[in-house]
Amino acid sequence: MTMQSFAHDVAEPAIEIVGLNKWFDDFHALRDIDLRVEAGERIVVCGPSGSGKSTLIRCINQLEHHQQGSIRVGGRVVCREPKKLEIIRRDVGMVFQSFNLFPHLTILENCTLAPLWVLKQSRPEAEATALHFLERVRIPEQAHKYPGQLSGGQQQRVAIARSLCMNPKIMLFDEPTSALDPEMVKEVLETMLGLAHDGMTMIVVTHEMGFARQAADRVIFMDEGRIVESATPDAFFDNPVHARTRQFLDQILI
Amino acid sequence: MNAVALADPVPDARAAPVAKRRSWLKLLFGTPLNALLTIIFGMAIARMSVWLVDWAIINAAFFPAEPASCQAAQGACWSFVIAKHSQILFGIYPPEERWRPALVCLLLIGLLIYSVRPASWGPRLFGLWVAAIVAVFVLMLGGVPGLTFVPTALWGGLPITLILTVVAIGAAFPLAIMLALARRSKLPAVSALSVLFIETTRALPLLSILFIASIMLPLLLPEALLPDKFFRALLALLLFAAAYMAEVVRGGLQALPKGQSEAAEALGLSYWQRQRLIILPQAITIVIPALTNTIIVMIKNTSLVLVVGLFDLVSSGKAALADPSWSSPAAETYLFIAAIYFILCFGFGRFADSLERRRKVSR
Ligand SMILES: Nc1ncnc2c1ncn2[C@@H]1O[C@H](COP(=O)(O)OP(=O)(O)OP(=O)(O)O)[C@@H](O)[C@H]1O
Ligand SMILES: [Mg+2]
Repeated sequence: MTMQSFAHDVAEPAIEIVGLNKWFDDFHALRDIDLRVEAGERIVVCGPSGSGKSTLIRCINQLEHHQQGSIRVGGRVVCREPKKLEIIRRDVGMVFQSFNLFPHLTILENCTLAPLWVLKQSRPEAEATALHFLERVRIPEQAHKYPGQLSGGQQQRVAIARSLCMNPKIMLFDEPTSALDPEMVKEVLETMLGLAHDGMTMIVVTHEMGFARQAADRVIFMDEGRIVESATPDAFFDNPVHARTRQFLDQILI
Repeated sequence: MNAVALADPVPDARAAPVAKRRSWLKLLFGTPLNALLTIIFGMAIARMSVWLVDWAIINAAFFPAEPASCQAAQGACWSFVIAKHSQILFGIYPPEERWRPALVCLLLIGLLIYSVRPASWGPRLFGLWVAAIVAVFVLMLGGVPGLTFVPTALWGGLPITLILTVVAIGAAFPLAIMLALARRSKLPAVSALSVLFIETTRALPLLSILFIASIMLPLLLPEALLPDKFFRALLALLLFAAAYMAEVVRGGLQALPKGQSEAAEALGLSYWQRQRLIILPQAITIVIPALTNTIIVMIKNTSLVLVVGLFDLVSSGKAALADPSWSSPAAETYLFIAAIYFILCFGFGRFADSLERRRKVSR
């Protein structure tokens, strides 16, 4: 459970996407996406609404199926076959905008469910791991409450802990702070900064540019299903190459 | 009005019953029209209660349980129900063997009551039920050493109602869940089959399904393959209940946000794990009221098997009334039967209610 366990083999990219295309019926949602994410790399994805950010990260764990191109996670080809997919999903945690905690289970049960059923851990082992990560997101004392009894920020931190309990190699975040009241955004971002600091490979869809500056190795800007720009935070914010990026930054940075 | 409003802005515990009584009085006598209606209905209810007590208790005949006591009485003839209780409850089951259906009823009712306690839920309870159902059929049918064979054609009364209810609804529930899941399946063939089954079954009245099962099936199937009349009716009820319950369960599945399934998927849970651990527990909780409704209707629907010649509780009551030496006290007999149905349905309703409250507490 040491944090070094997040860092691993540098040679193999954590994620490698080549020529990815995705359609929703006639609508071309992702166009010729190429993306290589190294292990330990932290990537922030931004772009206007409807540009395909969610669709892109949801293709990585196949909550959406793509029609063209290839995705590799830790060297494994991502396909639709349930058995192989389940193995890949163990290594890829996901945090949603709307938390999606299981309301009929306690916080602790939310965190132990997948380790018990997917990793077949023993209950004491799963509970110990769960309490460890709940402590890390600083809510161990809520373990026996139900999600409905927690604030939005607390729920999102539980959702992060729930993913971490699977000991994933990669974490995907889809606008994790967008559904939160402003005063709770900080506690969630701090948790994510902690993760980034520990070397977790992360792809974060967010408009929190402060987080991008502090934690990202690379910022990716998407528009109309394409990756328009990909640069280090400094270059991205100070010297964006594309007019579209500048326009977007002007809008969100006011 | 104002005085009242000022008098109890802070309802403390002692004031609560007083305030409650006051609001009742207001409801009953608040306006002249309400007061008038209260008086009219109050008098009507009082008169009816007096008449009912006179009829059902004071002027009623209880003992001796003979036709003569009935003729002398001006009120209800309970002596008929007392004299014929065994025939009403067990139909045409051979009288000297009636301890067997009696035992079956006690077994089923006992296990039903035991199953209500959350503390007894678990794999053990499931095992108990399987054992109980086997025991029920062995006891009823016999044909094993020590028990003479009693064909289903001679079964009747309460055990038929109870067995049909417990077995048909008990087996329909898991089938309904499978149908509901199948209907939402991404595999076109699976969902089409489920839709076809559900829609056809729902489009037919239960009566016609029972007729198909009892009259048409024998024309279609060779004698050797044909299950006996009781089991055909049981199957018809089971399938009918499953179709309705499947749609109720599907309503619950649809009410769940997509994120629940996606979160479970992202954690690597398999399809069946997701359904069992995340989706169904929530979906079924949502539809407890609707499911209760369907099940209560199905409990009462079991009485329709009389049209295919099975002697359930209602029809064995009717058969008992045919005795010419009695003056056919139909109201008393049907009230007795209604009371049994009431206990079954009301009991189930209370159980569902407690389930729902239990889930609310855990939220
Ligand atoms: N299930 C779906 N069916 C049809 N179209 C979809 C579906 N999901 C997304 N889309 C469309 O695909 C496009 C990209 O959607 P996506 O959710 O990836 O955008 P996004 O960049 O995440 O936007 P936002 O910032 O609003 O979350 C949108 O135009 C959307 O309407
Ligand atoms: Mg999105």
